[in-house]
Amino acid sequence: MNNQMNMKLKMTKRLNRSWAVDIMLFLLLGGVAFFMAIPLIFTISNAFKPIDEIFVFPPKMLVRHPTLKNFTDLVNIFSDSWVPFSRYVFNTFFIAITGTVGHVIIASAAAYPLAKIRFPGRNFLFSLVVMSLMFTAYVTQVPNYMTISWLNLINTYWAILLPSFGMTLGLYLMKQFMEQIPDALLEAAKIDGASEYRVFWTIVMPIVKPAWLTLIIFSLQSLWTNGSVTSHKYIYSEQLKTVDYVFGQIASGGLVRTGPVAAVTLLMMSVPIIVFIVTQSNIMQTMSTSGLKE
Amino acid sequence: MNPNPIGPPETGSPSRVAALRALPARIGRLFREMKKNKHAYALIAPYFLIFGTFTVFPVLMSLALSFTSFNMLEPPKWVGWHNYARLFVQDDIFLIALKNTLLFALITGPISYMACFLFAWLINELPPKPRALLTLILYAPSISGNTYLIWQTLFASDSYGYANSFLMKWGVIMEPIQWLQDPRFMLGILILVQLWLSLGTSFLAFIAGLQNVDRTLYEAGAIDGIRNRWQELWFITLPAMRPQLLFGAVIQITLAFSVAEISIYMIGFPSVDYAAHTIVTHLVDYGSIRFEMGYASAIATVLFTMMLCTNLLTRKLLGKVGE
Repeated sequence: MNNQMNMKLKMTKRLNRSWAVDIMLFLLLGGVAFFMAIPLIFTISNAFKPIDEIFVFPPKMLVRHPTLKNFTDLVNIFSDSWVPFSRYVFNTFFIAITGTVGHVIIASAAAYPLAKIRFPGRNFLFSLVVMSLMFTAYVTQVPNYMTISWLNLINTYWAILLPSFGMTLGLYLMKQFMEQIPDALLEAAKIDGASEYRVFWTIVMPIVKPAWLTLIIFSLQSLWTNGSVTSHKYIYSEQLKTVDYVFGQIASGGLVRTGPVAAVTLLMMSVPIIVFIVTQSNIMQTMSTSGLKE
Repeated sequence: MNPNPIGPPETGSPSRVAALRALPARIGRLFREMKKNKHAYALIAPYFLIFGTFTVFPVLMSLALSFTSFNMLEPPKWVGWHNYARLFVQDDIFLIALKNTLLFALITGPISYMACFLFAWLINELPPKPRALLTLILYAPSISGNTYLIWQTLFASDSYGYANSFLMKWGVIMEPIQWLQDPRFMLGILILVQLWLSLGTSFLAFIAGLQNVDRTLYEAGAIDGIRNRWQELWFITLPAMRPQLLFGAVIQITLAFSVAEISIYMIGFPSVDYAAHTIVTHLVDYGSIRFEMGYASAIATVLFTMMLCTNLLTRKLLGKVGE
């Protein structure tokens, strides 16, 4: 009897406490979501602010009278630039798409044997890949600059594309995802006379669609805003530069350009986010196999 | 003839001889095995050619160059440990960079890692629709590229800056603070921005991992006397997703050590008093501006070693989860 009461007491006590903790935790979640969202809301709102609202004092978060003027200004700025804006847009898309497609195909082709064929050297190669996840690509930048210059690739798209084909995270995720494909399925195809290449292309690739959609978002995300530290070193022709680089150029135009800069920021930000929204469920499916075994 | 017919049989030696004799056969078998798998090698060839050229070779090359003096014009000259000695003894700025990087990594690494898990865990209990929406909101900053530059507007140094305007309105400060120029605030702001950017790949991996924890484990746990959700978390959930935890740790550690771009683009390069200088910006300085490739390679090698050691240590620690 006493025991039972004790247990009952314990249970109610626990419930009460976890209730309070729950509320606190979800308040925290709400607060963090707000913190994460503010700069994004800002970016969106700024892009539609007319000039007088951008410089109003005290500054206002949200736009009052939304306008598309920033976007039309952007078009005007580029209509009289030396290299047409369409060229930068083309470069950005070309690099993002070629790099992504190349990465997905090359990494998947390598992931399939690593996951499904027992060949000498496979464990060693995969452990190299895992190890390379453990350090940043900055570590390799000095020799890479030399290699790229020896290969005569400076100032070509290849200087950016070639290293991006070999991104390790993509290969890693793809290999982990392919491991869950039942061996029986592949065996059956091989008994029917399909070669390894055929098995890879016609059976494995369609099954791993969630994984390559994931590779697409990661590759796109790194190539889309590649105008960062690395590409400035490799590309100096104006004709080969990307929107991301021009972004810096417009921004250096000073205060007058604040509106158009906000417009570019919004445009650049929306592409990866939209791709993520469309592919979210596939990505989650891939990430569920992402675990690193000890 | 056997020189030692009566003595105790020599152990080991005959088997060693046998192993030696079997060696050609083993090599032959290896070759046959490799030939049989030629398709596999053909499939991995393009990737590993690129991987070798741009990842494996550079690491080895960096290690070799770190013992030389090399400016890309003259051939490298062997200088032994000189570069390392210079780094840790003479180069005061490197020591500042080292201190900043460690401080930065020690704060953002663990916080972002735990935040990734905590929010994944909380989101996991929501119904699918709000879960997808919150995932998007929390994940979006990490994929939105240059958008972090908006923090420059938030922390602009005049009274038009949102942070200044807000604090002045509430009477916390009387005159605007130069957030991005004042060495006292730089590192703090970088940490804030980095945390904003850090709910990335590991966050997604954790959400996915949580959704795949076997439900029956929880029922079994309830019978075995798991009393509250914290015990459930520690004894069931965390051990069940140890592979994801390891993967997430690798990703977050790499992120925490490689901060450079946000420092260069938010604060500027070089920063006032080097207050936002990190090992990577030091590397960029010597590798892409001064072209002292040998010295830059030594910096890269130090960074490489630090990251690898932290990763191995973290793996050990994560092995203790759920014990």
